[in-house]
Amino acid sequence: MEYVVEMLNIRKEFPGIVANDDITLNLKKGEILALLGENGAGKSTLMGILFGMNQPDSGSIRINGSEVQISNPNAANDLGIGMVHQHFKLVHNFTITENIILGIEPKAWLTIDIKAASKRIRELSELYGLNVDPDAKIEDVSVGMQQRVEILKMLYRNAEILIMDEPTAVLTPQEISELANIMKRLVSEGKSIILITHKLKEIKAVADRCTVIRRGKLIGTVDVATTSQEEMAEMMVGRQVSFKVDKEQQEAGEVVLKLEDISVLNSRKVMGLKNFSLEVRAGEIVGIAGVEGNGQTELVEAITGLRKAEAGRIFLKGKDITELPIRSRIRHGMAHIPEDRHKRGLVLDYTLEENMVLELYDCPPFSKNGLLNKADIRSYAEEIMKHFDVRSGQGAISVARSLSGGNQQKAIVGRELEQNPELLIAVQPTRGLDVGSIEYIHKRLVEQRSKGKAILLVSLELSEIFNLSDRIAIVSNGELVGVVDADKTSENEVGLMMTGIKRGERLEAQNDQRHK
Amino acid sequence: MKLKMIKGINKNTIVSLLSIILGLLAGAVLMLITGSNPIDGYTYLFRGGFMNIERFGNTLATATPLIFTGLSVAFAFKTGLFNIGAAGQMLFGGFCATAVGLSLTWPKPLLLMAMVLSAILGGALWALIPGLLKARFNVHEVVSTIMMNWISYWVVYYAVPAYLKGSFLETESRRLPHSASLRVDWLTNLFNGSYINLGIFLAIAAALIIAFILNRTVLGYELKAVGFNRHAAEYAGINVNKSIILSMMIAGALAGLGGAALYTGNAFNIQIGVLPSQGFDGIAVSLLASNSPIGVLGAAIFFGLLYSGRGFMNAMTKIPPEIADTIIATIIYFAATNVLIEGFVDRIRRKKRGV
Repeated sequence: MEYVVEMLNIRKEFPGIVANDDITLNLKKGEILALLGENGAGKSTLMGILFGMNQPDSGSIRINGSEVQISNPNAANDLGIGMVHQHFKLVHNFTITENIILGIEPKAWLTIDIKAASKRIRELSELYGLNVDPDAKIEDVSVGMQQRVEILKMLYRNAEILIMDEPTAVLTPQEISELANIMKRLVSEGKSIILITHKLKEIKAVADRCTVIRRGKLIGTVDVATTSQEEMAEMMVGRQVSFKVDKEQQEAGEVVLKLEDISVLNSRKVMGLKNFSLEVRAGEIVGIAGVEGNGQTELVEAITGLRKAEAGRIFLKGKDITELPIRSRIRHGMAHIPEDRHKRGLVLDYTLEENMVLELYDCPPFSKNGLLNKADIRSYAEEIMKHFDVRSGQGAISVARSLSGGNQQKAIVGRELEQNPELLIAVQPTRGLDVGSIEYIHKRLVEQRSKGKAILLVSLELSEIFNLSDRIAIVSNGELVGVVDADKTSENEVGLMMTGIKRGERLEAQNDQRHK
Repeated sequence: MKLKMIKGINKNTIVSLLSIILGLLAGAVLMLITGSNPIDGYTYLFRGGFMNIERFGNTLATATPLIFTGLSVAFAFKTGLFNIGAAGQMLFGGFCATAVGLSLTWPKPLLLMAMVLSAILGGALWALIPGLLKARFNVHEVVSTIMMNWISYWVVYYAVPAYLKGSFLETESRRLPHSASLRVDWLTNLFNGSYINLGIFLAIAAALIIAFILNRTVLGYELKAVGFNRHAAEYAGINVNKSIILSMMIAGALAGLGGAALYTGNAFNIQIGVLPSQGFDGIAVSLLASNSPIGVLGAAIFFGLLYSGRGFMNAMTKIPPEIADTIIATIIYFAATNVLIEGFVDRIRRKKRGV
């Protein structure tokens, strides 16, 4: 079998770290090869080398059998290699066509031949089932569509080899299955795909083979059809990984968080959350299940104080905190693992130690009389890093930006749990993390529950909700659809409720479905 | 670990020094083109700034307002704000100090304290408005501080002839009495009649205080956090709006102090119809200093040297004094393209290590 890409014995060092150590990777024509590894394992570096963004220190690359030097992304383009980045590189107020032709505009005299371009884009879109409207503006289309635009960009440039960097990280479950179909369509038309990911489910769903790397070293390449998810997880992490978190039965205690009929405006000044009531008790985890954008953000921001509740009251351990500023809520025992670690969770240009006291810097011993006590801040940060296994290049004085996503998230979780909060609001606590880190963070959350703390868990991943929660509250369209006990329900039932169908109406709905 | 920090500081310093050297080289080329000998030119330029104790004093005095405006811009920048309004804040601060100096007849130490305080308040007030607008209505501070510059300009244009005018000229205020001047006899005598004044001590103290606030205090921690990432600061319960307003006020107070140093120290009165160029030079100073308060001291003194030496250079050679401005402008270009220079430094370092 002929290989379209062969990366042989690639080695790449960065100051202080060997990112790739003697890695060999082969891609067959017309296959989907998954590149699996934890955050910081060296996947991105390896693909950066193939795409010409990094130069290997040693090793060679062959494309279609002949050895090549890929000195920059343009050279990679010329060789038919295209990359779909995790964060899209699109101009938002340009149309899809304008974005796709950017840099290689077809000219007609002195003007750009938009018509010809959009005709070709439409053809490509139809050929691969991408369903893209070439004349729509980027800012008006969904994230999933934006990703298809990135794919089209590559196809328009005649890419034969597509590198997709964690393409599902930003997608909803529906968009993910759509993407899987598109990928299969692409390979059936003769393209070859390298899929960078750490989600085993997706590998199982689309990939033919899977190359696993761990801490810069090649662990092996396996056939996806004959390898179980557990086996791949073990290869990736280097030990057995349990997908199920053990948690003991325990009685929930007193009410810690009580929401009474709260209504919250969303950023478009429409009620994003309507008359929402919920209780979270000590020693229980309440999961909020729902499709993204159904009021979760408004709920979390109202509880934490980032957004005002227009109506209703919020009680923390019996105390009305509805009008309290954010800092006092924190002081009353509330901690918050935010949804977006880069936007809210960290000051990326601060060092890790400065980030570890983001809520505590003005308390003793970290400051006295308005002066910071750097020695105590350092030792506190180092303690968190030890307890929560946060790895960084230069210890506590590493700039937060330089850490891998998993370590950034562990640092945030550590910071919030170290405050020993009575109530923890955990929003997507494992978003974008690999199974090793997910397992770790889940364990720490359950530990918190065993200590008798209250946890409100908001997640878009149903499996996470089911894994951790004692009770599940389902939101749809800003309203509470119902609250169910986690062990007396099924993913199916919750999934249905997420569409807004209440429990009583469930039988009819299921009957309806059966008729279809 | 410490070594790395020192290395980081060094890199900025190297970039700044390289910018200066490149700027001076460009100036030399210009002198050659105009048919003059650059070695002569630079000799007279530097002699003009350093030749004797009096000229050295003048160099420091020229640098004083630049230190303040440089600090103003640098402080705002470190806390995520771009203060283009140092000129207006400085003008208004200087106007307040002048007004107090001309109206009160207190003993000199008390009067000076009142004048300095009024300059601080005046500058802070002038920056408070853009701060409020940014915090409440998200009006970009670049726009509002520029507008405040012109409001300041016209307020002074009206108020000086109306309330503070001298007996002859409509275009400037009365001359400040000796008791209302930052100049003091011992300093004037020490520097052989230079116009150096107490402002320089205030400036050095301000640089140290600002460095201390930024690096060691809770206040600095909060302001920088808001500057780097206001969403994260908000999440952590820092009052973002308060921080923005406070940052602007501190920046304004610094610029206001610069106004006191300029109008009641270097000069004896305040003119109408001029926005002080030191306000805008502050941006250049801050840029060359890569926003470090201590760096601002050095950068401002260097600029002060160019400004105070150019007259002598012009007197002794045929080189026009505008060459000094050109050199400054060129240095700014090099400092602004620091990414290029950094890349250049990196490449040389790597070559040395043989990678």
